[in-house]
Amino acid sequence: MKSTQYRMRSLFDSIYLKSYRFSVFVSLISLTLTSCGSSPNSTSTNPSNSNQQPPEKTLKLLYWQAPTILNPHLSTGFKDSEASRITLEPLASFNNQLKLVPFLAAEIPTIENGGIAKDGKSVTWKLKKDVKWSDGKPFTADDVIFTFEFISNPKVGTTTSGTYKIINNIEKIDDHRIKINFKDVTPGWYSVFVGTEGMILPRHIFEAYNGENSRQAPGNLKPVGTGPYRVVEFKPGDVVVYEANPNFREAKLLGFERLELKGGGDATSAARAVLQTGDADYAYNLQVESNILKPLEAGGKGKIVSNFGTLMERILINQTDPNKTTPDGERSSLKFPHPFFSDPKVRQALSLAINREIIANQLYGILGKPTSNFVVNPPQVVSPNTRYEFNLEKAAKLLDEAGWKDTNNNRIRDKNGVEMNIVFQTSVNPLRQKTQEVIKQSLEQLGMKVELKSIDPSVYFSSDPANPDTTERFAADLQLFSTGNTNPDPTSYLKTYTCDDIPQKANNWTGDNVSRYCNPAYDALWEQATTEIDPEKQKQIWIKMNDMLVNNTIVIPLVHRAEVGGVNQNLTGVKLTPWDLTVWNIKDWKKTP
Amino acid sequence: MTRYLINRILTSIPTLIAISLVVFLILALAPGNPMGEFATNPSITPEVRENIRRSLGLDQPIPIRYLKWVWAFLQGDLGYSFTSRSPVLGLILQRLPTTLWIMGLAYLLAVILAFPLGIISALKRYSILDQIVTTVSFIGFSLPTFFTGLLFIIIFSVQLKWFPFIYNSTLQVTNLQTFWQQIQQSIMPVCVLGFYQAAILMRFIRSSFLEQLNQNYVRTAYSKGLPKLNVINGHILRNALIPVVTLMALEIPGLFAGSLVTEQVFRIPGIGALLIDSIFRSDTPVIMGITMVYAILVVLFNLLADLLYGFLDPRVQY
Repeated sequence: MKSTQYRMRSLFDSIYLKSYRFSVFVSLISLTLTSCGSSPNSTSTNPSNSNQQPPEKTLKLLYWQAPTILNPHLSTGFKDSEASRITLEPLASFNNQLKLVPFLAAEIPTIENGGIAKDGKSVTWKLKKDVKWSDGKPFTADDVIFTFEFISNPKVGTTTSGTYKIINNIEKIDDHRIKINFKDVTPGWYSVFVGTEGMILPRHIFEAYNGENSRQAPGNLKPVGTGPYRVVEFKPGDVVVYEANPNFREAKLLGFERLELKGGGDATSAARAVLQTGDADYAYNLQVESNILKPLEAGGKGKIVSNFGTLMERILINQTDPNKTTPDGERSSLKFPHPFFSDPKVRQALSLAINREIIANQLYGILGKPTSNFVVNPPQVVSPNTRYEFNLEKAAKLLDEAGWKDTNNNRIRDKNGVEMNIVFQTSVNPLRQKTQEVIKQSLEQLGMKVELKSIDPSVYFSSDPANPDTTERFAADLQLFSTGNTNPDPTSYLKTYTCDDIPQKANNWTGDNVSRYCNPAYDALWEQATTEIDPEKQKQIWIKMNDMLVNNTIVIPLVHRAEVGGVNQNLTGVKLTPWDLTVWNIKDWKKTP
Repeated sequence: MTRYLINRILTSIPTLIAISLVVFLILALAPGNPMGEFATNPSITPEVRENIRRSLGLDQPIPIRYLKWVWAFLQGDLGYSFTSRSPVLGLILQRLPTTLWIMGLAYLLAVILAFPLGIISALKRYSILDQIVTTVSFIGFSLPTFFTGLLFIIIFSVQLKWFPFIYNSTLQVTNLQTFWQQIQQSIMPVCVLGFYQAAILMRFIRSSFLEQLNQNYVRTAYSKGLPKLNVINGHILRNALIPVVTLMALEIPGLFAGSLVTEQVFRIPGIGALLIDSIFRSDTPVIMGITMVYAILVVLFNLLADLLYGFLDPRVQY
């Protein structure tokens, strides 16, 4: 589950990398063109747009990032998992009400039905009987066990292996019952074989490829699955064609005979294809600024659906001094605390100087809303104890109290000869650069000097220990990016701020605690959360940890970001959940002609 | 002639080696390395990461990697894509027909338009026709293709609803109706690319024609009393064509590489789109495969252009 945060982070940034580099002109031009070309012309429906098949028989999905491989455990991005999810299924998935919906499981394990062991060290799943793979072979417990073996085989090198590290072994009770034994007490038993990273692979297809030859497996490009549709044709980087899977358990209820998942192009024209011209029925992840999306929606062919997941745009404050260097050349070393951000009053002033409302409403629009929390989803776990405020006077007063005043009349606050000079870094991304500008303006009003820095996302998020411009090296005072938890259990997401996770030269800059925050009290809470089986108590610990980070201004949450899709007016059944991919319930999608 | 040919082929070998070396080095040293996407993923332990690196052949030093790549390339093995884990050659072959269809048609359109227009506007220099053609062609090659592409989409797809703007690569041409659909979805990209190339080619033909018009041999031909058509056909055209042939021969490898931007705008799954996507994904084997095939084609067609010179201009001796 931790890995998905990062995949998410790199997903969003690769999107921006691509969209920014390639279609910044394209978007600008389309903006001007749509604004003069959006006159209503809804009367004519031209036969030239029709297809070979009657339109209601074919569902057209448009992913402007094209899938390249259809094995989710070997893929590096959500585009591949999305395309795989139509064919492959996990045991179960959380819906947006945080209720587990069974897919290949016959029932959801609970303590009452004996599924979840009382000691929290194992879980027993009952599997559906009479489920068949799309090639007709029966689905059994062996497939689930094999999937675990495949994922955890280091020679295969799957990208999901980290999530499955918590498993000790899987016992086969009978053909349709398995018992997963964890290495330790694991309250988050639902993090394996559930949702995005839980898709089950067919043993009979991959058995011969459980090793270094995994990339040659034909199943990577033409998967066999238990899902509602099966792959007919796949051209990597271009298109996937599916047909209804006759072996699917609810085959009669499917809405379409054929699915076409087309990739490529840019987000703006994908939005146009669904919202304005109706060339496609569903467009995935329309990361287009809302002032461009709105006029397109007026086209009347489709509507925008937004899904508030767990992505949160935040400002990270460096707790160490990026300007001091140790004898062996290390910057942002734990040896030197930050000259002013180590003072809680200064951090509080910083938080007060940020206008979240302006950033969320003016820049993000439907793509985000302001937030004051580190954990933003699921709602049950979101803390009610935090507030945000924009108050420059209060901020100035706090800085005065802390002793930061402009003594040498250069309009920059200083103390003991240290000037408040701030370097503020983020990735190249139009929304982030605008956010930076808004924040810079307030901070300069407050008497700080702010230097903005934007780094190419492929470098910034590369985790390359040799490159000084990565998030881990943090050679700046502030930085801005977004991430979140894709699993309803935020434990591993909260691990980000534990002392062990601090990237330093000694550990070759690995670790996610890039702020270099270290608080034994926080670490103790985290330890407690990992083994607490009582859900209510665990929830309270999570909220306490969230409050500790926010109320001490260790992190400044800005915007809770939404994922936005475009849906044809006549397409029904699209129901997004933050805990699985958008096509998770594609068996229920229908289209009225 | 044979000796010249052998000489040229031999000299092209160091050129190709240099090209491959430069591209390989740039890719190997660029910050977004192929492991970048794996590196941001903490579920990959250092041990597993090392394993992936080994299976992709990235654990070896750059010179060894390069030599291995060259050895495989010489045997016709372009390797496996990092992201789709399928053979590079397969990926290229899968997309070649689409690219050839679109680029070939565009080029054909360009040639059909450029030749008559170029010649007429050179002969009727400064006439109204010449002014119009010149202005239009200036606009044509000043506007980038992604702009005209979008303009076409807005006008013909969004407003008039004549053509689809998403290219359907799974369309099988089996009857007249599907053939018509194929034409429909190809018209816009072909026109965008064709007009752009026609504009450039037309300017080139016009200026190369003008250069010949004032030559002494043309005056001599006219004073001999030859009819105008004969002079144009037998004398001017042949001489004026020499630089045009070079230009055209040099552009033919472009048919293979496709158009980077236009393919993206119209979602045409061609080689250009593959190259762009591979660059974004740091998919070294695919980038190397496409650039090397392209480089070989460029070298080959350069040679071809030089050989054609001898045919068009007998004074050129090898």
